[in-house]
Amino acid sequence: MNILEFTLIIWLCSLGAGFLGSLTGLGGGVVIVPLLTLFFAVDIKYAIGTALISVIATSSGAAAAYVKEGYTNIRIGMFLEIATTFGALLGAFLTTKLSTSAIAIIFSVVLLYSAYLSNKHREEHLVEAQPNPLATRLRLNGSYPTPEGPQSYFVRGVPLGFSLMFLAGTLSGLLGIGAGAVKVLAMDHAMGLPFKVSTTTSNFMIGVTAATGAGVYLSRGYIDPGLAMPVMLGVLFGSLLGARILVSANTLFLRRIFSGVIFVLALEMIYKGLTGKL
Amino acid sequence: MRRSRGRWTDEQVEQIVGNLLRGGVILAAGVVAIGGVLYLIHYGTTSPNYHVFREERSSLRQLPGIVAEATSLRRRGLIQLGLVLLIATPIVRVAFSAFAFAKQHDYTYVIVTLIVLGVLLYSLIGS
Repeated sequence: MNILEFTLIIWLCSLGAGFLGSLTGLGGGVVIVPLLTLFFAVDIKYAIGTALISVIATSSGAAAAYVKEGYTNIRIGMFLEIATTFGALLGAFLTTKLSTSAIAIIFSVVLLYSAYLSNKHREEHLVEAQPNPLATRLRLNGSYPTPEGPQSYFVRGVPLGFSLMFLAGTLSGLLGIGAGAVKVLAMDHAMGLPFKVSTTTSNFMIGVTAATGAGVYLSRGYIDPGLAMPVMLGVLFGSLLGARILVSANTLFLRRIFSGVIFVLALEMIYKGLTGKL
Repeated sequence: MRRSRGRWTDEQVEQIVGNLLRGGVILAAGVVAIGGVLYLIHYGTTSPNYHVFREERSSLRQLPGIVAEATSLRRRGLIQLGLVLLIATPIVRVAFSAFAFAKQHDYTYVIVTLIVLGVLLYSLIGS
């Protein structure tokens, strides 16, 4: 296999990953690392650096649209980005300290958890609460557009949400993923945000979190242009394509399939991680 | 959109941030694609080796080296410049947010945003 063939195959796989990732809402980044390490025998550190690049591309592209529609709460995003960026620095630092097997096993566990969460029915945790003093002080409360006009909401659980975001940032820097599952956990459950706001604000933050990790990986030499080029272009176009046909697709069925793929990849990674075959 | 007098509303800031993000991604993808085509024309028939981890040569790890390689139209340097533009997109967005919060006289958030900007710049340059 020469570089032209290698690049084209990686590009096509990344296109598929970005397409399914955007249709199912799981993100294309999550399958890039197992794809590259399991099937193309790419060193896991290259794979993580490359995945972070594709995460920035897709999340920034999607965030551009969401921000304009007025769902994203920029203040919540900015405030929680303090936690995610410090977390991402820690995560990227840990990557150099941990063995390939340890990274692979942590990755698999997070992958399984994400697949599980995406199939679970998501419950709205809104409460008709009094404004929380800390949230009010930080001006985190906001409103978002609905067909019936702007709907306002109050934020709670700021310290817990902030701590979970630090964890999300660490996982992002360590594993090269957006860690959307942990972000949504923090914002839906701990802080009681409406779905539309938590999903879009999480997406808004992923770019900054991933950029922190990617900066570290770049300056350490973990980002290879020849590998990152087809992955970034593939995932980006795949996810744009996915967003285009999202309206007409049967996403429940696709989500099941994609979760199944993720499940198998995660088990394979655990096995190879434990037996030291990565 | 930009008014010379008065504070910016959150809606105006959202529009500008949206355009910034979109523009950054399009620019970065374009540079990566051009670099990629040149790279494939030149290296397409050689064989890849990504299994054994070796660090990139130092000129492709630091900003000055990447810019120097890209401006002399070295293929891999050009791709790397596109990737740096992509990493820079959220950073520029954060820098703009600091400016926008200052325009809104929201000084708590100017500080919040500058902390995030500091961490981002440290990761790219300092680490």
